[in-house]
Amino acid sequence: MAEAVPALGAKIKRAKKKESSFLVTTKRLLKNKLAVVGLVIIAIQIALAIFAPLLTFHDPVKQNLKISELPMFSDGHWLGTDNYGRDVWSRVVFGARISLIVGIIAVSLGLFGGIILGLLGGYYQKLDGVIMRIVDLLFSFPGILLAMLIIAILGTSLVNVAIAISIWSIPSCARIVRGSVLSIKEKEYIMAMKSLGASDLRIMVKHILPNATAPIIVFATMRMATAILSTASLSYLGLGAQPPTPEWGAMISQGQAFMWTSPHLTIIPGIAIMLTVFAFNVVGDGLRDAIDPNMDIQ
Amino acid sequence: MGETLLEVKNIVTEFRTADGQLPAVRDVSFSLQKGETLCIVGESGCGKSITSLSVIGLLPSNGKITNGEVLYEGSPIHNLSPEKMRQIRGNKISMIFQEPMTALNPVLTIGFQLREPLMLHHKLSKGEATKQGIELLKQVGIPYPEKRMNQYPHELSGGMRQRVMIAIALSCNPGLLIADEPTTALDVTIQAQILDLINDLKSKLNMGVMMITHDMGVVAEVADRVMVMYAGKKVEEGDVEEIFNNPKHPYTIGLLNSVPNVDDPDFELEPIPGSLPSLSEQITGCRFHARCKFATDKCRSHEPAVFQVSDTHKVSCWLEEEGVH
Repeated sequence: MAEAVPALGAKIKRAKKKESSFLVTTKRLLKNKLAVVGLVIIAIQIALAIFAPLLTFHDPVKQNLKISELPMFSDGHWLGTDNYGRDVWSRVVFGARISLIVGIIAVSLGLFGGIILGLLGGYYQKLDGVIMRIVDLLFSFPGILLAMLIIAILGTSLVNVAIAISIWSIPSCARIVRGSVLSIKEKEYIMAMKSLGASDLRIMVKHILPNATAPIIVFATMRMATAILSTASLSYLGLGAQPPTPEWGAMISQGQAFMWTSPHLTIIPGIAIMLTVFAFNVVGDGLRDAIDPNMDIQ
Repeated sequence: MGETLLEVKNIVTEFRTADGQLPAVRDVSFSLQKGETLCIVGESGCGKSITSLSVIGLLPSNGKITNGEVLYEGSPIHNLSPEKMRQIRGNKISMIFQEPMTALNPVLTIGFQLREPLMLHHKLSKGEATKQGIELLKQVGIPYPEKRMNQYPHELSGGMRQRVMIAIALSCNPGLLIADEPTTALDVTIQAQILDLINDLKSKLNMGVMMITHDMGVVAEVADRVMVMYAGKKVEEGDVEEIFNNPKHPYTIGLLNSVPNVDDPDFELEPIPGSLPSLSEQITGCRFHARCKFATDKCRSHEPAVFQVSDTHKVSCWLEEEGVH
């Protein structure tokens, strides 16, 4: 019993209790050096995306054939220009915007669908079988193939890429949420809410879901990496962003013809993709460790 | 006292299991008046919790009331639609649970959880619900209620949490409070405070309390009437004095003899031999006969009838017929 703890122990306990779980998680996350690197990269990317017009001096889609394929560190174009004379720096910066927006839309839609299916499947035993079989069905397709199929149906555009990626995110999210719901719904406080006459919907949304946020946050972060990578892949394949949109995958696709003469046209967007995906993955990893209550022992 | 609040008539609650339909509550009847505390006593697994869950309609999905009826203020509630039943729960019938540590949602503030039933049943706005929540916390004796509203369950002690649970359960002024071993998880001093609190609020709000316990000390402290259950059946029922001073059923006597008596140094604890039969076990005659030292051939072959000891005292045991006691 908490009251029986001796004076010293009580003091320690109280000192610990003062911190909210959010603060504790943040602190633990900041102890993880790799995650901090990831956070910095993400912060830079977000800044680039928001302040893109202020950070660039050239229109990312404006062609100027007189200065095509300038090498890196050229005058006025520090990352050079592509075969149409478009400033690579501007294109990379505006590309950050596209990647982030598509990633956020795809992940949010995926979470939305996944959470609904997961809640319903976890809470109602009768629906569980049906929903989880649908999820298994979605799982049985290779991700990129499923996305290609959906784009083939909907047509090529960035919006459709976001939708395709979100549909592909639904099954994993649904499974994660369902698992959490299955364990949470057996807790006594859910029974207590039922005994107070709360409706199923209320219990699911207001009482079970807040308990499942930790795995959902980790999932969303990791999924951002996948979504950005997939957007780039699909655009590389010509199924996503169409020229002249400054999308990283599309930039690599256009640049590969000039691989030997102007390698920076493929390497720079490649590095941008790599850094972003790396950043979201390490932050996701760090979050998972930080949220895990078993790490308290440290 | 006087007005009948709850009447349970011959309910049978069965569970669908791999071994078939197993009755956990067998033909149990009892009633509860307004302002009265009924203690349901028995060892773990004797069906007392299932009886209470049958009343509030929260049986596990494989459980079902297959016979009998539950009347609340004279109208049946055992066959209501889930939606109707939901409106009764928390509003007219409330429940508090054994473990205050786990019966509050760890990620939501006390205030949030306290506002829920008020906003749900009384359709109060958030501001009004907060105001009333603070009043409720005051009523259950929690210091600094304004501060507590914004705290999380882990910031409170076990006794405090049980007080919060009581505040939540009583927020809509229910007529009936079901308390499922509300003090088992608390230490003894806190136990006494919580029992006092329940008693105070009971008389203040004139509600009926159905207390489930296996602690005879708790029974002596709070009960007006006692119902003893064994293996799904009611074996004895009576006023608290009658049960303590003049227990008739060997099982009741056994329960009383297995509580240590500090006043009497010569008192010897006498455990009841054996253990509770499983639900699937077929027992002919009295369900207690295998563990009863007075068992006769009749006990082994015939189910005991109910004998009236006094107006309020009933026992189902063949010994009563023969007048052995």
